[in-house]
Amino acid sequence: MKMLGLSNKDTTFLLIVVGLTLLTPFLLQPFPVASGGNMFNAGYPDLMQRFAIFGIFAIGFNILFGLTGYLSFGHAAFLGVGSYSVVWMYKLLGYNVVPGLILAIIVSALFALLIGYISLRRSGIYFSILTLAFAQMMYNLAYSVLTPLTNGETGLQVYSNDPQVLRGPEHLDAPHFFNLFKMTDSTKLTLGGWEFTLSAGYYFTAVIAIIAFYISLRIFRSPFGLMLRAIKTNQTRLNYTGINTRPYTLAAFVISGMYAGLAGGLLAAMDPLAGAERMQWTASGEVVLMVILGGAGTLMGPVLGAGFIKYFENIFSKINDGVLHQWFAWMPDGLENVIITISHFFVGKSWHLTLGLLFMLVVIFLPGGLVEGGQRIAARFRGRKAKDDATHAAKTQPSAAE
Amino acid sequence: MDAIILQLLNGLDKGSAYALIALGLTLIFGTLGVVNFAHGALFMIGAFCAVTLQKIMGLSFEQVDPTKTDFLGKPLVVKVPYVESWFGADFGAWLINWQVPLSILLAIPVMLIVGFVMERGLIKHFYKRPHADQILVTFGLAIVLQELVKYFFGANPIQTGAPSQFSGSMDFGVLLGFDPMAIMYPYWRLVYFLFAAVVIFGVFAFLQFTTFGMVVRAGMADRETVGLLGINIDRRFTLMFGLAAAVAGVAGVMYTPILAPNYHMGMDFLVLSFVVVVVGGMGSLPGAVAAGFLLGILQSFASMNEIKSLIPGIDQVIIYLVAILILLTRPRGLLGRAGVMEE
Repeated sequence: MKMLGLSNKDTTFLLIVVGLTLLTPFLLQPFPVASGGNMFNAGYPDLMQRFAIFGIFAIGFNILFGLTGYLSFGHAAFLGVGSYSVVWMYKLLGYNVVPGLILAIIVSALFALLIGYISLRRSGIYFSILTLAFAQMMYNLAYSVLTPLTNGETGLQVYSNDPQVLRGPEHLDAPHFFNLFKMTDSTKLTLGGWEFTLSAGYYFTAVIAIIAFYISLRIFRSPFGLMLRAIKTNQTRLNYTGINTRPYTLAAFVISGMYAGLAGGLLAAMDPLAGAERMQWTASGEVVLMVILGGAGTLMGPVLGAGFIKYFENIFSKINDGVLHQWFAWMPDGLENVIITISHFFVGKSWHLTLGLLFMLVVIFLPGGLVEGGQRIAARFRGRKAKDDATHAAKTQPSAAE
Repeated sequence: MDAIILQLLNGLDKGSAYALIALGLTLIFGTLGVVNFAHGALFMIGAFCAVTLQKIMGLSFEQVDPTKTDFLGKPLVVKVPYVESWFGADFGAWLINWQVPLSILLAIPVMLIVGFVMERGLIKHFYKRPHADQILVTFGLAIVLQELVKYFFGANPIQTGAPSQFSGSMDFGVLLGFDPMAIMYPYWRLVYFLFAAVVIFGVFAFLQFTTFGMVVRAGMADRETVGLLGINIDRRFTLMFGLAAAVAGVAGVMYTPILAPNYHMGMDFLVLSFVVVVVGGMGSLPGAVAAGFLLGILQSFASMNEIKSLIPGIDQVIIYLVAILILLTRPRGLLGRAGVMEE
């Protein structure tokens, strides 16, 4: 079974990803609504859209960081640029999201070209600082001088007196796709005690995310992708063989910038707002976190990392005293209080602490992220089976997720 | 002219803070070869040492004062801080008034311990890992420290006052022969600058004139040889990490009257301090100090109205702009040695 220029294994892999993505509204809703597990359900549109959007962001970042090893600390700038582009298209043309998304990709590509051209003259920590400096400059400017373009602290939004020249009287009054559906449209499906929300906005982002994933898969398997990996492994050697690596790294930087712009555009497609806080350097740090946590340089890793962080951001910040008391009610009172006091450090408002700890643990013990962890466990099981068969399995083959 | 001098002075206190943090960052990078993204968090912890002492000083109990009455005619209930009842009213009030400078006495041991624990517990294992890993793990640590502080002290900035003797402003212009009120400069900022100067000279003198400092400098130049000579260079480097943490901590303590400490001040300063280190030259101590003051002063000049009307927004981006220019034209930084991290 070969499709779209992929090998057998990759086709299966892609199909699995497509299946999982399309079934997400069901898979993330494993508990009946009335049950205590309902708070662990993640099958509501807002969160699922964020999975898909940050998945795209992380996939793009991974093309730069995972393949070439260049650690950018300024990718949130492109996210912000993408959001602003989409909202401007709303204001000027109308609520159709497509022109905005196209503009978001183009504008972020231009910014990435400029910033990448300058920043890639240096590598290592200097590259990180340069990208950070550019992103901070853009963030500061968005708050101050560029207020006419960005609406400063209020954030850019659509007002009733905006021109919206392409908007006809019959057009929808919220972000929509060629007037076919609104992003906020959704149908509820009730099966027994379960309730599933099928949202137009989610499927829209999911389709884009699948395309984004497919492109990254092709890049990983292409000679271009190999070249990027070679740059990560030994750039000096490449230079000595007479290869100029700059065009390759620049291309990777621009591609990842476009992914980030697209993700930012989609954020504004879901919620027609754009604010400068999206460009802050902590947002850049977050995407680094996602990629590292999932596994840099792997295909699935960034998506897993993005989903993991967004899921736990949502769940952990929802856990409050009431929930904790409910959970630990079976314990003796003294112990219960001790445990709840300790839990306070990690849940609710201070879930970032958990995130920071997790991040440290991953960097220290599992530099390959969740994917590597999964592979290690799989390898251990496989190793045991091989021993049972009294065969000496060769070194485990790299799986498709690599 | 007076406007220029005023901006020069305004740049000094911010520049002092940049210089102190950058000095610690450079010290750590020069000795251990580690890029420490948690250094801003150390600055913040220092600032919160001052907040802690303020809370301790503020602990009080209620006492009925029979000599006074409130508006209803009943005996007045007054709050008496414990320190005043323990050490007598005069000395207690003095302690409360001078709490920020006194916090240094608390901050130094706290920061030394934090520094040692951090170095032995975490950084030690990252000597040989790539810089990217070092950045990432210390970034994670910074998040953890920041969230812990947020947990205990809340998200809002906490005001801490300078001693009342320094609360006003100094008419600096009169000293230089300008009109009165032309150059007003808060006393505490002057104190901060002098304090920073003392700390910086102290660190340089320590490195230059003590045997310990000499060994450290030798280790910075050639770690292996120093080790082969039978000197336990690792332990000295750990001590230097503690020293760098203490410098960042006291810088944070003294900065509290200028900027009310909040949990994310560390991150805010960290980004700028890194830029400072890069501009000064990775691994160059004089470079870090010079670049700290230079960028602080440049930033305050850029926020003059005349310059802002000429180039809008320049005050927001000047530091980053300078950093980009320096990195592209002279990657080793202003005073960096050739060959250190040039790529």
